[in-house]
Amino acid sequence: MNPPAETANLAKRDESVDWTALRNEFPILRETVNGHPLVYLDNAASSQKPQQVIDTVRRYYEHDNANVHRGIHELSNRATEAYEGARQRVADYLNAGSPEEIIFTRGTTEGLNLVANTWALDNLRKGDTILLTEMEHHSNLVPWQILANRIGAKLDFIEVTDDDGQLDLQWLDEQLARARLLSLTHISNTMGTVNPVAEICTHARAAGVVTVVDAAQSAGHTTVDVQAIGCDFLAFSGHKTCGPTGIGVLYGRRELLEAMPPYQGGGEMILKVEYRDSTFNVAPQKFEAGTPNVAGAVGLHAALDYLDAIGREAIFEHDQRLAKRACERLAEIDGIRLFGPSEDRSGVVSFVLPDAHALDLATMADQKGVALRAGHHCNQPLLAKLGVAATARASFYFYNTEAEVDRFIEVLHDVRKLLV
Amino acid sequence: MANFLDTTVDDLIENFEFLGDWEERFAYLIELGKKLPPLDESEMVEDNRVHGCQAMVWLKMLPAGDSTFEIHADSDAFIVKGLIAVLLMIHNGKTAAQILEDDGTAIFARLGLDRHLSPTRRNGLHSMVSRIKALAAASVAQPA
Ligand SMILES: Cc1ncc(COP(=O)(O)O)c(C=O)c1O
Repeated sequence: MNPPAETANLAKRDESVDWTALRNEFPILRETVNGHPLVYLDNAASSQKPQQVIDTVRRYYEHDNANVHRGIHELSNRATEAYEGARQRVADYLNAGSPEEIIFTRGTTEGLNLVANTWALDNLRKGDTILLTEMEHHSNLVPWQILANRIGAKLDFIEVTDDDGQLDLQWLDEQLARARLLSLTHISNTMGTVNPVAEICTHARAAGVVTVVDAAQSAGHTTVDVQAIGCDFLAFSGHKTCGPTGIGVLYGRRELLEAMPPYQGGGEMILKVEYRDSTFNVAPQKFEAGTPNVAGAVGLHAALDYLDAIGREAIFEHDQRLAKRACERLAEIDGIRLFGPSEDRSGVVSFVLPDAHALDLATMADQKGVALRAGHHCNQPLLAKLGVAATARASFYFYNTEAEVDRFIEVLHDVRKLLV
Repeated sequence: MANFLDTTVDDLIENFEFLGDWEERFAYLIELGKKLPPLDESEMVEDNRVHGCQAMVWLKMLPAGDSTFEIHADSDAFIVKGLIAVLLMIHNGKTAAQILEDDGTAIFARLGLDRHLSPTRRNGLHSMVSRIKALAAASVAQPA
């Protein structure tokens, strides 16, 4: 019997990807750090950029740059087309119903703050409950705290079971019954957990709860389909998806966007302005006051083209393969505490050694050219719950190699000798 | 106590120059950190916490006769303990007036640490120095 078409395709795609050739398209990966070849394992914080993206941004500034939607001249037309073309590209990338559902932001953080300050501020009342999870990044926690304090709303949390980083969903329906809004991360930036967002959003929809998905750690690594997930809002950052810094995306379901008040006031977001009153533009312009980050959007367009040319399933499999190799080698260390699920995890690997502080590890690894992250990863309450002050984190992307995983483990063992 | 490390600032600078690269210098800081006497658990309390460091840091200053002070400090990370050891070499066993006059920044610059510490670590170091100076200043304002 033939394998199902999809599986056959996957296998074929992965074999056909020339990972070394891709890696060579990232100029920064040829850097040496402290006299050693760079081993960049901080991809959950920010990804590197391929030549194609760098060239696209440069080309935009060399040939097309002007303000958008304003000028009656050739360059303004080109810039506007490039910017709106990027919006269409993002809509395709997320399988959104239309480009009008795509708002360009500064990043995930701004996207989440936008929802908190528009839809949520307009719709939530004193005593309403905002449901989050215990694994949220500070940028999907603090905006809700600020809002809750302002309007007298309450926060509730879906619990994280333990070091394995799974959500405890047994009370989900009860929690949803009390909530008006649910905001949760697709993939945890500390634990590497891949949350079943589609399933959770199905339950939320049944309970009439509006859903927000933080796709910062997933958008550049795996398929993110807003219709399949069935969320109302979804945010991600360009800089974690091979794109430029300072550009991000907020997807919002059209009916909600149309009914929402504007976010910031200024140019672009208005239709008609008088001294004492204005009428606002329609979505998405209503949410994009001022001159947008056109070059960022254009660079993001190139980045999404780049990722789709590789194939997001292939990228995720590659991430997972490297994470598995790292976890297996790490698990051999006596007394190590490894966080996150043992199966079906993303390429984010967090750990604590019994005898060496994560900050010392990361500092010494950096002396050997290995870039790790150490600290609370903007997840202070989660680490406090787990009883650790800091973890060390290696996070992989498609341009990382098995040899780099091995080098990371070798360096870890070397460094540990100094510290114990 | 002032000489618990048997290392003076001059020794330290000399050792740093002798060590070829930063990997070795950090390893040396770690060794210094390991020699730092630990704080008692009961002293690791919020009042003694120095915020602004990535690692946990606790610091207190005790009068040690002749108007001098002894600094007691600890951290959960060795490199930070090493930096504390350097701070102790600079400030320990001195009077408040001397501590306020000490130019730790110049010494850290001579060690090259100002350039080789990450910006976040530099901030942490700055927080520790500020705490020491603040404690010294408070003792001048309000003699015990
Ligand atoms: C899960 C998650 N959410 C949100 C963010 C915030 O992203 P940004 O800083 O790009 O706005 C991050 C980035 O670290 C993240 O990992």
